[in-house]
Amino acid sequence: MNVHEFQAKQLFAQFGVPVPRGKEITSPEGATAWANELNTPVFVVKAQIHAGGRGKAGGVKITKDRGAIAGLAKELIGKTLITHQTGPKGRTVHRLLLEEGANIAKELYLSILVDRDTGWPTFIASTEGGMEIEEVAEKTPEKIIKEAIDPAVGFQGHNGRNVAFALGLQSMEPAVINPFVQMLGNLYRLFMEKHAALVEINPLIITKEKTLVALDGKVSFDDNGIFKHEDVQKMRDLNEEDPLEIEATANNLNYVKLDGNIGCMVNGAGLAMATMDVIKLAGSEPANFLDVGGGATKDTVAAGFRILLKDPNVKGIFINIFGGIVRCERIAHGVIEAAKEVKITVPLVVRLQGTNADEGRKLLAESGLKLEVANDLWEAAQKIVKLTGKAA
Amino acid sequence: MSILVNKNTRVVVQGITGKEGSFHASQCKAYGTKMVAGVTPGKAGQEVEGIPVFNTVADAVKKTDCDTSLIFVPPPFCADAILEAADAGVKLIICITEGIPVNDMVKVKRALHGRDVRLIGPNCPGVITVDEAKIGIMPGFIHKRGVVGVVSRSGTLTYEAVHQLSTLGLGETTCVGIGGDPVNGTGFVDVLPLFGKDPETQAVVMIGEIGGDAEEKAAEYIKQHVKKPVISFIAGITAPPGRRMGHAGAIISGGKGTATEKMKALESAGVRVVKNPAEIGHAVMKALGR
Repeated sequence: MNVHEFQAKQLFAQFGVPVPRGKEITSPEGATAWANELNTPVFVVKAQIHAGGRGKAGGVKITKDRGAIAGLAKELIGKTLITHQTGPKGRTVHRLLLEEGANIAKELYLSILVDRDTGWPTFIASTEGGMEIEEVAEKTPEKIIKEAIDPAVGFQGHNGRNVAFALGLQSMEPAVINPFVQMLGNLYRLFMEKHAALVEINPLIITKEKTLVALDGKVSFDDNGIFKHEDVQKMRDLNEEDPLEIEATANNLNYVKLDGNIGCMVNGAGLAMATMDVIKLAGSEPANFLDVGGGATKDTVAAGFRILLKDPNVKGIFINIFGGIVRCERIAHGVIEAAKEVKITVPLVVRLQGTNADEGRKLLAESGLKLEVANDLWEAAQKIVKLTGKAA
Repeated sequence: MSILVNKNTRVVVQGITGKEGSFHASQCKAYGTKMVAGVTPGKAGQEVEGIPVFNTVADAVKKTDCDTSLIFVPPPFCADAILEAADAGVKLIICITEGIPVNDMVKVKRALHGRDVRLIGPNCPGVITVDEAKIGIMPGFIHKRGVVGVVSRSGTLTYEAVHQLSTLGLGETTCVGIGGDPVNGTGFVDVLPLFGKDPETQAVVMIGEIGGDAEEKAAEYIKQHVKKPVISFIAGITAPPGRRMGHAGAIISGGKGTATEKMKALESAGVRVVKNPAEIGHAVMKALGR
């Protein structure tokens, strides 16, 4: 789960990581009120959406004029921002972060995540602050500094010093070395205690006043760890999520919306991805990823149908079930019952394999429902693509 | 021969009195696996499907000589359960549980490092040596004893591959689900040498997916050490970057972990990569000259 920049900065402050004085704003009046409390020569108004590239898209405004802030807030709230991370539809701005500006002397990059190769939490740092780190890694890999933290003992001072000296802080600004080491320790605590998946500060700045400030912040959380943290759960912003994905989550379904026109419903994540792949091989594009899980029932199948059919792009549905512990005849009953409940208006191909597959296919064939039954994966994919026509 | 588990493997089920635990314990037992003990704290003295229940894994080891644990404990308590099994001296821990927080697994992996214990999973279907021992949630009947070793990050997609192998008469030796989590106990590179040494295994099917670099690491290993034919399918060539595709570990992040990259690495290591998951069985036939 991702959170907004202002929420990330609240967490930073809570863990002793310095951030600019700022506040979440939802109205021009609120903006003026907060601006009057800030004692700063420069104000920064930042649109809060879960996507990077806000600055380039016009979502960040800087002004010295306190009187202009209400107008900037009015302009940004309700605006649709299109960045390289939002997709062509963009994202509507509902809230802003209004904070004091900073005197930037130097911009750095800092993040922490679990290195999947070693299984250790690892800091990534670079002198190339403000840039996309993937780009830095690609073009100038020598500028990427990595420091793995032994989870058995946690963060140690030397971990911080290794990063500080590798970054060249000594020649840049020796006064920030100790605060920097301390900051890394605090970020490690935040990362582990809150079950974060990524904590990123880009840029982390050294100010002209020789202090460190997290000028931007991104935190995303491990979905499997959120149950432990009520404060994090409250940070969820449904405005930032696809409505169909929200509905799927509420029904315990794993759904990711894609751009194709063949809706698919599969048991198991790996098989669901393979099903998407096979649709593409057969000449079309999948409309979604949908894993109904190991225990697919009438209710989960019905919920799946409803979600798939709400996507206007869906021109056909492909159900691919490999019955293991779940028996195919029960899935077939589920499909038949669900199809009665939810009006299926597009071609439907059902492929059943595994436990009691013959029985399941027979039930479907005799159900009187308008659907095609298949037993082989490739045959099924070709059928649904033929019925819906090739991708545009 | 086979790898990891066989007819002599003695299994303890942690979380045996739960719905999943009791159901699958009985399924494994029905397959012929030696299910000798169960553990649920506070429920010692009970029996589940004729399997005695103990309060602790240490008790179960003492009384039943179990050497392998199968875990169904819910995510919040699962890291503890894995470490309990390791401390009790169990040598192989197979963890089915899905949804363990990554940072919990980070600590578990570190704690197991250097110890004489192997963790398979979490978030995996388990391990089966055909006709000898089924230690997991896979449907036993789709398997047929044969010559192909299977190692996979996925559950139902593995069943799909196994079904093809069985239907074509190739059959399997052992099938190992290593799980779909970003931090897990055993990787492809740990399982490949075992298949390499197993005289009964003539070919290996390796099923990967987007996310991480386990497949790239496997490719490096295969290039240098594996003489047997390896056939691979990588799921997720149509998956968009930055989106988690069901499994916690199935995500392309920062442009890394794409299916295309993995396929390229494997192909350059001499692996036969199939693009169509329906073709896995046929590709093995071809590789074995049948």
